[in-house]
Amino acid sequence: MSKATDNVLSIRNLSIDYATQEGSLKALRNVDLDIPKGQIVGVVGESGCGKSTLISSIIQLMANNAKTTSGTVFFEGEDLLTMSPTKLKSLRGQRMSIVFQDPMSTLNPVLTIGKQMVDIQYRDKRSKSQKRQRSADMLAQVGIPDPASRLNQYPHEFSGGMQQRISIAMALQAQPALLIADEPTTALDATLEVQIIDMLKELQSSIGCSILFISHHLGVIAELCNQVVVMYAGEIVEQGPVSRVFKSPKHPYTQKLLECDPASIAKKTRNLPTIEGEIPNLSDLPAGCIFTSRCHKKTAQCEELKPKRHAVTQGATEKHFVTCHLESL
Amino acid sequence: MFIYLLKRVSLGLVIVVFAVTLLFCMIHLVPGDPARILLGPRATPEMIAHLSAQMGLDQPMAMQILKFFGNLLRGDLGMDVITNRPVAEIVFGQLPYTLWLIGSAIVGAMLIGIPLGCYSALHRNTWFDRFSGIISVACITAPAFVVALYSLLIFAVWLKWFPAVGAGEPGDFFDQISHLVLPAIAIGISWVGYLSRLVRASMLEVMGENHIRTARAYGLPENTVVYQYALKLAVLPTVTVIGVGMGFLLSAALFTEIVFSRPGIGKLIFDSITTRNYPVVMGSVLVSTIIFVISTAVSDLINAWLDPRIRNSL
Repeated sequence: MSKATDNVLSIRNLSIDYATQEGSLKALRNVDLDIPKGQIVGVVGESGCGKSTLISSIIQLMANNAKTTSGTVFFEGEDLLTMSPTKLKSLRGQRMSIVFQDPMSTLNPVLTIGKQMVDIQYRDKRSKSQKRQRSADMLAQVGIPDPASRLNQYPHEFSGGMQQRISIAMALQAQPALLIADEPTTALDATLEVQIIDMLKELQSSIGCSILFISHHLGVIAELCNQVVVMYAGEIVEQGPVSRVFKSPKHPYTQKLLECDPASIAKKTRNLPTIEGEIPNLSDLPAGCIFTSRCHKKTAQCEELKPKRHAVTQGATEKHFVTCHLESL
Repeated sequence: MFIYLLKRVSLGLVIVVFAVTLLFCMIHLVPGDPARILLGPRATPEMIAHLSAQMGLDQPMAMQILKFFGNLLRGDLGMDVITNRPVAEIVFGQLPYTLWLIGSAIVGAMLIGIPLGCYSALHRNTWFDRFSGIISVACITAPAFVVALYSLLIFAVWLKWFPAVGAGEPGDFFDQISHLVLPAIAIGISWVGYLSRLVRASMLEVMGENHIRTARAYGLPENTVVYQYALKLAVLPTVTVIGVGMGFLLSAALFTEIVFSRPGIGKLIFDSITTRNYPVVMGSVLVSTIIFVISTAVSDLINAWLDPRIRNSL
């Protein structure tokens, strides 16, 4: 691991529970994650694996019944979990910002794009017209034609793809150190997805921010990200450079996930491959490895003992970690 | 916005034409000859025929409606059969009292109910929220005439804080206001409860929406989030309900005006029905209908002004 100061975001041993009627649901358990400066880190995993909980913990906008039971979330050297609400507010939208999943519902429907983009600059001491100019410039950068006049329009007057471009423009307007992208292309069609990804890549290199990119789409992760984190049922099972993880996945779950990617299927088939079984109940966790019930390589040890995190490649500059008993041999 | 305005106003006019036609038919299709009822059991056939001709009742129905519309366009609502004064003059003489009454009732209810609902939504499940919930439901369930009778008894008869009957001396503003307080509370109190519940519910819904999460994720100050980003959306259903609610307020005003012996449209309708003064009934119901149509149109226009999506929907 690189030094802590080189990381924009550094999460250590983060665990989050949700209080539910059936007892506490352990949504995140002992998560360690680093986002180095200027890098794009992808997070993949099925629905319900804790991706959204992870995000809500980073921006500290958690559900009322969520409770952080352990860990630290260091952002630019300060722990977000113990930070004052005022300090947190000053970071949001300035040093870190977020693009949400569904572009059609993330913008306020009764306020113009211009008002929303100017409002989020409320901390700046510039004049209103300067702020508008800045927003128009940003819209031009994300490929909105005639941006100055489109600032007067309302979200419903834009297409879904346009709305997502606007969301990205809003997020990057303040030149944050970290952009969190929560499945920004899931609601869009494939052609638009490529455009948005290319645009994100371009903007990232010009602004120099780090991106935490959440997606179901393995192809997009491979295309965009430097590092990838594979999550399963609230735990990180494998993480490392995209090239390594996707070329030689070590965890059985990552292997299965890659097999299920439609892009990797060479033979013509009527049935798409799936991973057998279901995600374990997070309020009643198994004693051993979390993936045991669906694992095709399980041994007796897996049922009883929790696996530890292991470095796959010793001594390499960019490390590849996996949490599996098979790799500890 | 201008196109929406034109469309909405013309729709309002069409509604008025339909409503008036329907009203006209309803009154005329009721069994019994109005002229006969008006003149009483001892009237001679000649007298009935004379009055029928005077009121235009001997002509065919369609002709009567056309004539009514023709007169309406000239501002002529017919003549009061008892005092022989123009109905328009009588109705418009009484109208300001009722407009003041329902206007102050609804404005008062808005000033109390909307902030109450907002505050409850933002402090959900606190003791304040529960307490205001109980009070609101209690307010909703209290019928206007019951509140009118009890407030009359308590505040006018026992405590003597406010006058009991009438509308106050013409020209004396403070006297008129003190006469307005009890009747306005009587018809406005259930609206305080109703509006606070409605605003609370829609505020809670809006605060849970994704764009509010976005606003928070950008660290916008809480006041901006609530009063500029959320409230503008949360009041939309309330505006619609108030527009439609003017109809209910008009009927509540009828009871209240009777209880407090206040002049007004409600009292006029009541008196003219009891004296079988049919042109006055027709004229005052017509004016009430028009007020109702105008208030729904105004609430739609306010919503269109608040929400750009509505402008394109008509």
